[in-house]
Amino acid sequence: MSVLELKDVSISHVQGLEKNTVVHDVNVSVKAGECFGLVGPSGCGKSTLLWVLAGLNPHWSGGIQLLDQPLKPGKVFSGELRRRVQMVFQDPYASLHPKHRLRRALSEPLKLLGYQDIDDRLSEGFKLVGLTENMIDRYPHQLSGGQRQRVAIIRALLLEPKLLLLDEPTSALDMSVQAEILNLLNELKAKRDLTMIMVSHDPEVVDYMCDHAVTMKAGRIDKETFYD
Amino acid sequence: MTNNSSLIQVENLHIGLEDGTELVKGIDFSMGRERVALVGESGSGKSLTARSLMGLLPASLHVQANRFELLGEAVLAYSQRQWLQLRGKQVSMVLQDPKYALNPSQNIGRQVEEPLVLHQSLAKKTRVEKVEHMLDAVGLPNPAKLRKLYPHQLSGGMGQRVMLAIALINDPQFLIADEPTSALDHAVRDQVLELIASLVEERNMGLLLISHDLQQVADYSERVLVMYQGQLIDQLPASQLSNATHPYTQTLWSCRPNIDKRGQALPVLDRGALATLTEGAAK
Repeated sequence: MSVLELKDVSISHVQGLEKNTVVHDVNVSVKAGECFGLVGPSGCGKSTLLWVLAGLNPHWSGGIQLLDQPLKPGKVFSGELRRRVQMVFQDPYASLHPKHRLRRALSEPLKLLGYQDIDDRLSEGFKLVGLTENMIDRYPHQLSGGQRQRVAIIRALLLEPKLLLLDEPTSALDMSVQAEILNLLNELKAKRDLTMIMVSHDPEVVDYMCDHAVTMKAGRIDKETFYD
Repeated sequence: MTNNSSLIQVENLHIGLEDGTELVKGIDFSMGRERVALVGESGSGKSLTARSLMGLLPASLHVQANRFELLGEAVLAYSQRQWLQLRGKQVSMVLQDPKYALNPSQNIGRQVEEPLVLHQSLAKKTRVEKVEHMLDAVGLPNPAKLRKLYPHQLSGGMGQRVMLAIALINDPQFLIADEPTSALDHAVRDQVLELIASLVEERNMGLLLISHDLQQVADYSERVLVMYQGQLIDQLPASQLSNATHPYTQTLWSCRPNIDKRGQALPVLDRGALATLTEGAAK
């Protein structure tokens, strides 16, 4: 079963009346339970592609089938899809609200969805990623970079996604902390039956983590690799 | 390489906040005209140590040392004016991100020329010649045209080469590179490190290379100093890294992922055990 099918997908950035196409004719298929890697130098369009999959850029053409649901260009995500696709961003310093305690930031989407046992879910999530429960009532600036990235991962996982998008999840972190986060992601993948799409500019990280990867170059797929 | 003239001698260096919190807890090291890597995680005090060597710490931090010599001078008591004469001429520094470290409103030529204007009295024509020669030496194409460009017109790798040109134009004796490659793309990192190492070698300078990626800097340095939570916990020659005995150095050395480690968990730090170990060392 494939989680994601891309057929001749081209993506543009629209600025005023101008349209700049940065990704051309991408064909990719990602299977369930796979860790799929997107590699390439900066400016090759890998993050652009990820942003479309997160529903953050509607300016694309071609065919996308995401979690058995065809997407329409120009339309935002609706219904289940919003929960089932979650994203972890590159910079843990920028992805958590600086003036909200973690409890407030993390429980907001859960409240919206009408969950009752929010506190239990939060403490379970903190245990899952190896943080202690007393950190729930801290502010983001009271955590280190690696801890903050763990919190960003909990935030995504609380909504029980099927597909987790990772935009350079470790490039703002130290080498030793990177090892911890990669181990965590591998553990979660085994435990939760997650499909992950990971963008990275470090080929070694992708070699280590992914089951299937494409290398992009100037907006096109240059090379497709299957690891066994 | 001649090692007899010591460029830096530091004994029992303490850097602390006003409330008494110690950030760097009494470290000793010395180096001559050699390439030394200073490695550690963020918050380990490596950048503070480097900045203290440039006299660039904010006034809210207190520096104490039994001995703190740069090029044979006791610089701890230096006034701002004395530092100005030293910085950019005898010692210079390359910072992490060229996007923020270069002045966006001045062209490249003017920024590379500035150390010459400040520290030497040369005719305009000679200065321009020197600038173009320097830009050429750091591997930038078409220096005459590049001089007129502004930082936003350059890529990250080119920007970092410009930073290096600024740092080296006065032929300093000593260069500090504070994470010179962490803002750059993976493919460009090795090129920039290679360039720094070869220029330093050519000019017979001392280099202090700061990084959190031990494997990457190991190829470009002769000796490695490892810091953890304000303490210097290990020093060893770069060639001996694969047989390091200290557990922290071992983990840093082996935590980088690669294709051979697929399916295995990466080694991570046992911070609890490390805390007892460093406490033991402090006593």
